[in-house]
Amino acid sequence: MTDIRMKVNGDVVSLDIEPWVSLLDALRDRLGVTGPKKGCDQGACGACTVLVDGIRINSCLALAVQYDGREITTIEGVDHPLQEAFVRHDGLQCGYCTPGQICSAIGMLAEHAAGQPSVVTTGQDAPPRLTEQEIRERMSGNLCRCGAYNGIVQAILDVSTDGAGEPGR
Amino acid sequence: MTTITRAEPVTRTPYVGRAVDRIDGTAKATGQARFAAEHHYPGLAHAALVHSTVARGRITAIDASAARAVPGVIEVLTHENAPAMKPLGKGGPIDLSAMASGTNVDYLATDEVHWNGQPVAVVVAETPETARYAAGLVKVTYQELPSVVDFAAELPNAVPLKNSMIMEHNAEKGDAESALAAAPVSVDLTFTTPPLNHNAIEPHATTAVWDGDKLTVHEPSQCIAFLRKHLAKRFGVPEPDIRVLSPYVGGGFGGKGSVWPGTLLAVLAARATGRPVRLVLTREGVYRTVGGRTPSTQRVALGADEQGRLTALIHTSVARTSRIGGAPEPITSASRHLYAAPNILLRESGITLDLLSPTFMRAPGEAIGTFALESAVDELAWKLGMDPIELRLANLPERDPVGGQQLTRRTLRQAYTKGAELFGWRRRDPRAGAMRDGRLLVGMGVATAYHPAMILPASVTVRLHADGTVVVRCGMQEMGMGAATAQAQIAADELGVPLESVRVEYGDSDLPDGPMAGGSVQTASVAAGVIAACAKVKKEVLALARRVPGSPLRGHRLDDLHARDSGLHHAGGGQTYADILTAAGRDHVEAAIKSGMLGFVLRTLRDRRRYVKAATAVHFCEVRVDPDTMEVRVARWLSAFDAGRIVNAKTAASQMRGGVVMGIGLALSEQTLVDPRNGRIVNPSLSEYHVPVHADIPRIEVHDVGVPDPTMPLGVVGIGEVGITGVAAAVANAVRHATGKRVGDLPITLDKLL
Repeated sequence: MTDIRMKVNGDVVSLDIEPWVSLLDALRDRLGVTGPKKGCDQGACGACTVLVDGIRINSCLALAVQYDGREITTIEGVDHPLQEAFVRHDGLQCGYCTPGQICSAIGMLAEHAAGQPSVVTTGQDAPPRLTEQEIRERMSGNLCRCGAYNGIVQAILDVSTDGAGEPGR
Repeated sequence: MTTITRAEPVTRTPYVGRAVDRIDGTAKATGQARFAAEHHYPGLAHAALVHSTVARGRITAIDASAARAVPGVIEVLTHENAPAMKPLGKGGPIDLSAMASGTNVDYLATDEVHWNGQPVAVVVAETPETARYAAGLVKVTYQELPSVVDFAAELPNAVPLKNSMIMEHNAEKGDAESALAAAPVSVDLTFTTPPLNHNAIEPHATTAVWDGDKLTVHEPSQCIAFLRKHLAKRFGVPEPDIRVLSPYVGGGFGGKGSVWPGTLLAVLAARATGRPVRLVLTREGVYRTVGGRTPSTQRVALGADEQGRLTALIHTSVARTSRIGGAPEPITSASRHLYAAPNILLRESGITLDLLSPTFMRAPGEAIGTFALESAVDELAWKLGMDPIELRLANLPERDPVGGQQLTRRTLRQAYTKGAELFGWRRRDPRAGAMRDGRLLVGMGVATAYHPAMILPASVTVRLHADGTVVVRCGMQEMGMGAATAQAQIAADELGVPLESVRVEYGDSDLPDGPMAGGSVQTASVAAGVIAACAKVKKEVLALARRVPGSPLRGHRLDDLHARDSGLHHAGGGQTYADILTAAGRDHVEAAIKSGMLGFVLRTLRDRRRYVKAATAVHFCEVRVDPDTMEVRVARWLSAFDAGRIVNAKTAASQMRGGVVMGIGLALSEQTLVDPRNGRIVNPSLSEYHVPVHADIPRIEVHDVGVPDPTMPLGVVGIGEVGITGVAAAVANAVRHATGKRVGDLPITLDKLL
């Protein structure tokens, strides 16, 4: 067992935890923070996406003991215009992938604002223009089986300063 | 007592038809929505399954000693020590809950193995990690028995299916084979579709809690009423002592419509250990223990005269069931209804394999049947040198082509015309491979979507409170369709109250029995109950009002009154519900609608003899194909649909889009790979089974060209499944246009185009 302390959604929490417990399981089963979802447990679906010091990760691929001293934000700790935009654009149906989509989108917007390119980025734009195509590429680690992709992209476009009002392609 | 009298009656736009935000959206977008695996109980234990590794056989030895020795393991249940569940027995002929059995296996009851992946042991431990680790230590030795698992190899042994009361698998009109042979123009094509899995992002999960002989189960279910009935039979407990809670279902698509082993084994483990038990299937566990869509082989042959008038339509299919269950799906269903051919032959056959039972997956039958039919129609258009839309318009039926019943509404002509105009179909060069976008080949394809409309019994109560608030109660299911939002809109209109004042309770077996969320039936079925219950409420309110001297409603009948502004009104005056109930000294008025099964079945059978009704759509697809790699990307999409009256324009559009997205997966990337030697699924994961991702999906335009169905409650026709039908054909037809190649074997991967 290992003692760790993390900040989760602003609260300092201590855990005495086995080294094999994933960050996702620690959050869900040990701390009762059930916003991050488990869809595949192998980094394929993105439902478990959380923000660690502002950077998006798949928490099912992370061991909790690696995150001693770090700051974790899950959907419960998010207060972002994206949430309202998801509802308005119906960027969700069953809601199971939604926490991951929203956390991922917040991380993605920060990556974009920092000028990080994606594989579909062309030209010398710095930062690249956040087109629908850019959003789709950057969000492709988050699966939605209900198929709410159009609404999710619209919600992200809606709140991104760069993409606001952009007709998109 | 205040009496509202207005010279100008305020008429509000009805909520039905509007684009309303889903009422549970905020809970889902803030992480407040709690799914089945997210309910904590003191002393909660965790379970994990051990799956068989042979397709058929007997367990000769099972050694759980190493698993039991792991600290934290509470119990290992095998067929040697598990308490028995009751056999299911036979349900009555109209007991639809029999549909809820995923298989007919009595789990952990005998040493028999019926499919590769069957649970042969359950480990219960203090933590999920311990349970999973210990499950890996259980050693099982098998005596293998001969098994039949290879669908393709078994095709020669397919057995014709018989028509039943609830499903027709065959039809014959005229002499289709002779007409085909005599037709001046014809196509005769074979199609194959692979096994598929639902892959709802929420894996099946059960939290089971016994309190003496009373049972509480948290479970994502598409039919909580059937699930409760099934559990009652299996565990010998009266139905009222079981409570199934399922307020949020993290995607179903048919996969959560039946009872699969994980659910039963969680309940069994909780009873055996005396602990609350949670069993969350791994993604692999979902593939191993929850059935998917059957594979199919289909033949579609079409004969036509030179003008493109169909003379023969033949559609035959082979699908599979399992030795342990599964119902055959109506693959030729759309071919029965879409085209006015004078000679029609439809034949469905089945193969029985030693695999897990297949089950319904979004538009069972039509999703893959329309791929074959609509690909063949397109190929006939190529052969005729005719525009594929013109060909379809030339063959639209006036009445049902097989049964001759009246079509309650059929707007495909408008859908084709309007869709073609909006999509820019005129820009399509009729030649194959003639359109380019830079170096990429461009193809445009079109196909028809079809899904039958029906309803199931639903019991509903509506309660109107003296403060003007309304509670609608029905044990229906919400898994992303916006079910509660739609019923709140309907109740708000029926009673003339603000949407915000309506609360809908659902997803709880203590509520009146809802219909299953399957077959696209839920919205219309529950709407019937809500409308009837609201009418009863208004009648009782009026009766209360008329007893009060001086009420402006005295002397009026319900027919003369409008429900609006939270009250009942006529041109000369009216009264609010609050005033009426307060004056009558009543806290609330409640009405219950109970829908019985027998009357329902009789009405349905009578209805079916007179009418054919369906949701229909036309899909327009544009693809880009890389001429070097032959990679196919969907670039544009438009669907013009008719699902009767639309209750919520926003969530209905999402349902259509969701169907299209799943259809694009069916067309281009999805397949469950079964090892033909041992029946084991070899890609049981989201990394190796490719569902569409953001980058695969362009903007999907949807246009409502529908009209209310005169025979359905409120004119509503289900929209959950029609969206996926026809999609694979639209993609295949676009690929045919771009490349000149007809691919009849799904998915259309690049190797099939090289």
